[in-house]
Amino acid sequence: MPLPSAPTEFTLAEARDALCAKRVSAAELTAACLGAMAEARVLNAFITETPERATEMAAASDRRLAAGEARPLEGIPLAIKDLFCTKDVRTTAGSRILENFVPPYESTVTQNLWDAGAVLLGKTNMDEFAMGSSSETSWFKPVVSPWRARHSNQDVVPGGSSGGSAAAVAANLCLGATGTDTGGSIRQPAALSGIVGMKPTYGRCSRWGVVAFASSLDQAGPMTRTVRDAAILLNAMASVDPKDSTSVNTSVPDYEQGIDHGVKGLRVGVPREYRIEGAPHEIDALWSKGVEWMREQGADIVEVSLPYTKYALSVYYIVAPAEASSNLARYDGVRYGLRATDVHDVVELYEKSRAEGFGAEVRRRILIGTYVLSAGYYDAYYVRAQKIRALIAQDFARAFEHCDVLLTPSTPCSAFALGAKTADPVAMYLNDVFTVTVNLAGLPAISIPAGLTETGLPLGLQVIGKAFDEKLVLRAGHAIEEAAEFRASPARWWAR
Amino acid sequence: MSGAAEQRSNYIRGGDGEWEIVVGMEVHAQVLSKAKLFSGASTTFGAEPNAQVSFVDAAMPGMLPVINRFCVEQAIRTGLGLKAAINRVSTFDRKNYFYPDLPAGYQISQYKNPIVGEGEVLLDLAKGRTVRVGIERLHLEQDAGKSLHDQHPDHSYVDLNRAGVALMEIVSKPDMRSSEEAAAFVKKLRAILRYLGTCDGNMEEGSLRADVNVSVRRPGASLGTRCEIKNVNSMRFIAQAVEYEARRQIRIVETGGAIRQETRLFDARIGETRSMRSKEEAHDYRYFPDPDLLPLVLDEAWIEEIAASLPELPDDKKARFIRDYGIPAYDAGVLVGERELADYYEDLAKGIDAKLAVNWLNNEILGRLNRDGLSIGDCPVSARANNAILRLVAAQTISGKIAKDVLDIVWTEGGDPVAIVAARGLTQVTDTSAIDKAIDAVIVANPDKVEEVKAKPKLAGWFVGQVMKQTGGKANPQAVNTLLRARLGIPEEG
Repeated sequence: MPLPSAPTEFTLAEARDALCAKRVSAAELTAACLGAMAEARVLNAFITETPERATEMAAASDRRLAAGEARPLEGIPLAIKDLFCTKDVRTTAGSRILENFVPPYESTVTQNLWDAGAVLLGKTNMDEFAMGSSSETSWFKPVVSPWRARHSNQDVVPGGSSGGSAAAVAANLCLGATGTDTGGSIRQPAALSGIVGMKPTYGRCSRWGVVAFASSLDQAGPMTRTVRDAAILLNAMASVDPKDSTSVNTSVPDYEQGIDHGVKGLRVGVPREYRIEGAPHEIDALWSKGVEWMREQGADIVEVSLPYTKYALSVYYIVAPAEASSNLARYDGVRYGLRATDVHDVVELYEKSRAEGFGAEVRRRILIGTYVLSAGYYDAYYVRAQKIRALIAQDFARAFEHCDVLLTPSTPCSAFALGAKTADPVAMYLNDVFTVTVNLAGLPAISIPAGLTETGLPLGLQVIGKAFDEKLVLRAGHAIEEAAEFRASPARWWAR
Repeated sequence: MSGAAEQRSNYIRGGDGEWEIVVGMEVHAQVLSKAKLFSGASTTFGAEPNAQVSFVDAAMPGMLPVINRFCVEQAIRTGLGLKAAINRVSTFDRKNYFYPDLPAGYQISQYKNPIVGEGEVLLDLAKGRTVRVGIERLHLEQDAGKSLHDQHPDHSYVDLNRAGVALMEIVSKPDMRSSEEAAAFVKKLRAILRYLGTCDGNMEEGSLRADVNVSVRRPGASLGTRCEIKNVNSMRFIAQAVEYEARRQIRIVETGGAIRQETRLFDARIGETRSMRSKEEAHDYRYFPDPDLLPLVLDEAWIEEIAASLPELPDDKKARFIRDYGIPAYDAGVLVGERELADYYEDLAKGIDAKLAVNWLNNEILGRLNRDGLSIGDCPVSARANNAILRLVAAQTISGKIAKDVLDIVWTEGGDPVAIVAARGLTQVTDTSAIDKAIDAVIVANPDKVEEVKAKPKLAGWFVGQVMKQTGGKANPQAVNTLLRARLGIPEEG
């Protein structure tokens, strides 16, 4: 395949090879991305751009490349979700309460990336504290998707919460981005934005230095334009981290190796519960297509059942807010972050700082979480939710006795208009119906762009694997990518 | 042994019959460890405010706790020392509440599954009475920081040095029945912790703090409503607080009132407790398992290794002292109360009469230490030097009286007792001719008394004193007595 004319259109793998072959310099690549970012500010994909740091890092990479000391991601410009703490670079979590917070430390995942030679372009916009499915709850205004329905000037959402990262990757503002996924926050925006997004197994990427939303569900992962790129990026992000007690002590394999070995003989499970009433027929149609692609490539299709799926959203909206209500207690105006003025005692300081600092969705989830943990409700909500969570994990374990991976739609719908669901939280929550189960079970899953709606908006398919079976998930994802031949990209309406 | 008769001795009289006090305790013991429970920060007492605060302690965004293995080891060691069950799997929970000295907005504690289960502490009480107090559980948790309200007229300051320091919360069963037992419990627990080296037991610096639960009931009745007295920080105050609180509750019940379950504070200046908050005002802590921490799973071999390294504890030491030294239970109990004192005694008693040694320690050494405000660790005279003094007495080289003089000399001037006795000519006179000479002199000088003593043999003591004076106290009193009685024709006593 001939290389694209603009370096920003390189896949990460292409850029890596071009850099090593000295066909492009890190400085050129970074400058091209910074230029594209400047042109695309209307998308509001970034909260903070770091052009100076990017330029310095790229120059350092060029020196290493010249010296033949290139590391795996040498000179690759990346966008980082603003949930990862970056030393001396403002980290907001999309919230007013951290509007001016500059961490004196670097998250393990981003440190891994810099140690691999990557270049920081900036911090991407997101739903506040990663709570949302449209990237509209950000204190820094909504992210606008680079996609538009055919013949439409209507802005649509990129999905969320990692919507800034998704938009930046889809609009070719960077070669890859990090996201975090608590209930679908990587895979859902990836699906809605026509890119690849992967949530690894819980414990694969360190949570140290990532602003916590729901600790037992949060997991960082790559967002890229191809499955191979996701593998390359994940290789650099993943590590065993003694600073994170939930980091799992198992070595990181080479995810890229064997990615194109195909799915011949692979048993692909199709869970019947993922066919839901009222979903657009396009979703089902694409899913059937995906099954057909797998079959054509020699996979065995197995119908499986995940009977507790129907409780997953309810369980998720108990467990995640419960943990969030506790995790967000530290934002109290005492040590850092927004501090309300004109207060007379400590209770007023808390109340005003938090009321001014948190947006409506965050406040809603703190209230839900506080409620379900309260005396008298704890057993009825939190304890029951944990029991069902165990049953959901058991569902997957049983299904994986009959198959190697599962194939499902990524989302129940395509990108929707900005503001379309902000008034109806439950409608918004339904976006995660196909993704939350995976977080509850701690499994790895990937969303691959696989088709367009009739109006020309992207749709994704999801491959779910067993714990720490990322390699197989990537291999199956790669097979879908090959079969889908998804070549669509957003018209660059913002640059006109 | 804990018969009804013994119980009754604990009852106290109200205006309207007898009452029984019931006390249970929650003791917070700071784990002796260089680093905090979930962060690498130092734990040294007395550092500049906020000098020992890591990003984890300050609850910066994205920071995660990692359990300190040594603190776990200390908790296991303590559990073993309390003869308690060590739980192979325990879990950490979050206790949620807002306070400026609690940076995360929650304390990491062990609510549901503590690391240590049931155990016991034996109390040594007056007249050799012992009482067994059950231990309900021991769990690990973080300490909070400190709010400082007296630094500025209208601002409060927060010092987070203590935030995240490891505490063991040790919960007793409601097995104590008097203020004496309550104080004895903390005393004994403190001794065990210090023996184990798991807590320095420094109550003034707050390394050991007790929450005391007090209720009263009619003898034989079911438990009354309890009040919790928070953070009492000395054994004397614990006894005072129990005493005051019990009387307060009895007064209320006897005048027709009911006890409100509440948390109270002990005001040491006036010796009274006062209400802090009622049960209705109590926080809803919204406990739930901390998702940042995995269950703590203990390796059997590790527990065995720790068990094998335990020192001899007070109860075993006491039994050994009674058995091997033949000293009274009470004395043995006092000696083992402090590990240093017990060690001192063992060095002191080496090769000499053990009972003599304990008397010497009680009467001479502890008396002088008390006078000078010193602890046994600061004693200016070593156990070996004292052993040497007592050996001189046993060999009749010096008298008991001279021994005290020698001790005073070594106490203030230092030096080797044997050398001092030799250099200063303090050797006891056992030479009968020298004593005879002194007796002669006294008899010649007091003819009237010689007549008198024949009628009143008790006057012999006066003669002994005179002869001792003549010899500058160096005569062997036994020899003086025998020789005098022979010369004066008085029969020996007894």
